[in-house]
Amino acid sequence: MLFFSFFKTLIDHDVTVELKNDIQIRGILKSVDQYLNIKLEDISVVDELKYPHLSAVKNIFIRGSVVRYVHLPAAAVDIPLLEDATRREAANQAGKAK
Amino acid sequence: MPEEESAPVAEPLDLVRLLLDEIVCVKLRGDRELKGRLHAYDGHCNMVLGDVEETIYVVEDEGDEEEVKTVSRKSEMLFVRGDSVVLIAPQARSS
Repeated sequence: MLFFSFFKTLIDHDVTVELKNDIQIRGILKSVDQYLNIKLEDISVVDELKYPHLSAVKNIFIRGSVVRYVHLPAAAVDIPLLEDATRREAANQAGKAK
Repeated sequence: MPEEESAPVAEPLDLVRLLLDEIVCVKLRGDRELKGRLHAYDGHCNMVLGDVEETIYVVEDEGDEEEVKTVSRKSEMLFVRGDSVVLIAPQARSS
């Protein structure tokens, strides 16, 4: 649930999603779900000459499982908050396992 | 081994917990490596890394000779999906 919540804080920010087939798609993060499926608006494909498939597409849904990376704007990430949330989640999981 | 009540390292991911806010080296599928500061992780090995350098190893086959080339890319903040992750290590060899 940690990253689901994390991505919700990044809604309306500009992100670049890199897929497992190397295509990079930049757009505005509009929505995310528990599988980390992603909806992007106003997209553009990095290196469009090599990957022209999506040049006519504006809004896309990306299945979470095909994502390799999401490049994020560092300014939009509250690092201490994120690290605390990670420790809390780790403690929760440890509690559940027993 | 008797189980301690608050054993700091009881299961594998506890090792990763100790690396929070430290520089880590992550090996990924597809001959990729990342080096950066670990800001978040979960049980799937999804991660967020800061100030990351990605190294991709590309083998170029020129006749008999096989040459390994590396491509480097940088990112200020990167989410990595856990299903690509092979291993997570404390910073290996200062570069």
